Amino acid sequence: MNLHEYQGKNLLKEYGVPIQNGFVATTVEEAVEAAQKLKADYNSDWAIIKAQIHAGGRGKGGGVKLAKNEADVKEHAGNILGMMLKTPQTPGGMDGEGKLVRKILVAQDMYYPGENEPSEYYVSILLDRKRKCNVIVYSPEGGMDIEEVAEKTPERIFKEYIDPALGLRPFQAAKVAFNFGLKGDAFKNMRNFITKLYAAYVGSDASLFEINPCLKTSDDKIVAVDSKVSLDENALFRHPALAELRDVHEEDPQEVEAKEHGLNYVNLDGNVGCMVNGAGLAMATMDIIKLSGGEPANFLDVGGTADAARVEKAFRIIMRDPKVEAILINIFGGIVRCDRVAQGVVDAYKNIGDISIPIIVRLQGTNADIAKEIIDNSGLEVHSAIVLQEAADKVKELIGA
Amino acid sequence: MAVLVTKDSKIIVQGITGKEGSFHAGQMIEYGTPIVGGVTPGKGGMEHLGVPVFNTVDDAVKHKGADTSIIFVPPRFAADAIIEAAMAGIKVIICITEGIPVQDMVKAKAFVEKVGCTLIGPNCPGVMTPGEAKVGIMPGFIHNPGRIGIVSRSGTLTYEAVDQVTKAGLGQSTCIGIGGDPIIGTTTLDAVKMLMDDPDTDGVIMIGEIGGTMETDAARWIKDNATKPVVGFIAGKTAPKGRTMGHAGAIVGGAEDTAQAKMKVMAECGIHVVESPAQIGQMMVKALSA
Repeated sequence: MNLHEYQGKNLLKEYGVPIQNGFVATTVEEAVEAAQKLKADYNSDWAIIKAQIHAGGRGKGGGVKLAKNEADVKEHAGNILGMMLKTPQTPGGMDGEGKLVRKILVAQDMYYPGENEPSEYYVSILLDRKRKCNVIVYSPEGGMDIEEVAEKTPERIFKEYIDPALGLRPFQAAKVAFNFGLKGDAFKNMRNFITKLYAAYVGSDASLFEINPCLKTSDDKIVAVDSKVSLDENALFRHPALAELRDVHEEDPQEVEAKEHGLNYVNLDGNVGCMVNGAGLAMATMDIIKLSGGEPANFLDVGGTADAARVEKAFRIIMRDPKVEAILINIFGGIVRCDRVAQGVVDAYKNIGDISIPIIVRLQGTNADIAKEIIDNSGLEVHSAIVLQEAADKVKELIGA
Repeated sequence: MAVLVTKDSKIIVQGITGKEGSFHAGQMIEYGTPIVGGVTPGKGGMEHLGVPVFNTVDDAVKHKGADTSIIFVPPRFAADAIIEAAMAGIKVIICITEGIPVQDMVKAKAFVEKVGCTLIGPNCPGVMTPGEAKVGIMPGFIHNPGRIGIVSRSGTLTYEAVDQVTKAGLGQSTCIGIGGDPIIGTTTLDAVKMLMDDPDTDGVIMIGEIGGTMETDAARWIKDNATKPVVGFIAGKTAPKGRTMGHAGAIVGGAEDTAQAKMKVMAECGIHVVESPAQIGQMMVKALSA
């Protein structure tokens, strides 16, 4: 589950990680109020207006602006709130539709002048699947696209692996600060920043923390100016307050609805819908559709209990997509009996009533023969198959590829 | 003699009185699996499905000499159940539970490695040695005793492969469902090595999916060490980048963990890669006769 920047920063703050402070606003008036509060707290007219959507690269699409006075705050807040913000990471990229901005963060300016030059760093914490432990990935090249840094100057990226039993050791936090070339207060502040950041990562059962930039201010403070936080959904039972931060506006409404019915659904662009039990078989079925000349319209795992109610729900969700020209149902019945699934398909089909696209049902496993009979004798426009290759051939035939 | 589980295993079911545990324990016993007991804290002393229930894994080891455990404990307690089994001296731990927090698994995995026992899963269908022991949730009847070993990250896609192998007139030595989570006990490579060393296995089927580097790691080892033909398939060629496809571990992060990239490396390493999951069984027949 992804958090907004402001939610992530609040989480960091709870663990004592220094952040760029700010207030969330949903209207221009609230934005002005927020800027006034910032002025009272930090004695500066300057404020940064930042769009709150789940995508990086917001500055590239005009979603991050510097306001130097109240008139600027009004102007930028007015422009950003309600805009369809396009970034390289929103669906379709800079050529896509963009994402509607419902909230902005009005944040303090951290790049104020002072004794030293401010400088930006990159710090992230994530799981290293190969080494099976958490890793702190960091680079002095802050504020940049980290994938680009990794490609062009891999020697500028450092990694610190954390032993699962020992946790982050003090020398490891110091090592990060040394590798950034920091001294004096800045060194101590960075060491503290890393220690608290790691505690926040573990304490919140996060799967990703990305702080880019992590800023050294002109007076040697270390603060998180941005935050990208993803939490482990499987651990949300331990964090009911964090679970409430879910913003369903940021998710595909069809996918949210599917989830409520125990279906795992991902919307795609193709013309052949599919309904499968099991994630691996579902991906394999999508591949088969492609090999048969079609394009998968979705990923859909109905799970272990493919009963009539679920099958019907799955049908309805798939058929809402006007691009879908055919549906392939692929169920390998192990514990779940194929004849029950077949009856579910027939019942769902009759309930929906107006299905005008061809349906291919491939049922294999327990009672597959009885299932095929049920489908074949139902009088419906449903094509049945038992062997996977047979189903693939039928897809090919029906979409005329 | 197959690998991991045989007719001589002494198997316990952690979570035997729960809904899932109870149902699948019944199915396993019906298949003829040597289940010697179960564990449910607080229910020690009772009998369930004709086998004794213990409060702790320790007790099950002490009284029944258990050496293998299958876990059906809810996600929030599952990592603890794995560690309990490992501490009690269980040699093979098979964890079916889906949805265990990743940080719990990071700790459990490190502990299991330290102790030196074998963990299969979590989020897996289990391990099957046809005719001897079904230690998982797979349908028994599609299997046939034989000499093909199967390693897979998925459940129903494994059944698909098993079914094709059986229909092709071959059978299985042991089928290992290693699981779909980002952190799992036994990797593709670990499982492939077991099957290569097994005198009762003549060929290996390796089924992977997008995400991670387990299949390419195994492929590079196979290139230099394989003594038996390997047939491979990777699911998710059409999966979009950055989206989790059902399994928590099935997500494309970089260029190297796509299905295309993995299949390319596998083919270069001499694995018989099939483009279509419908061709797995036939390809094994071909590979064996080559």
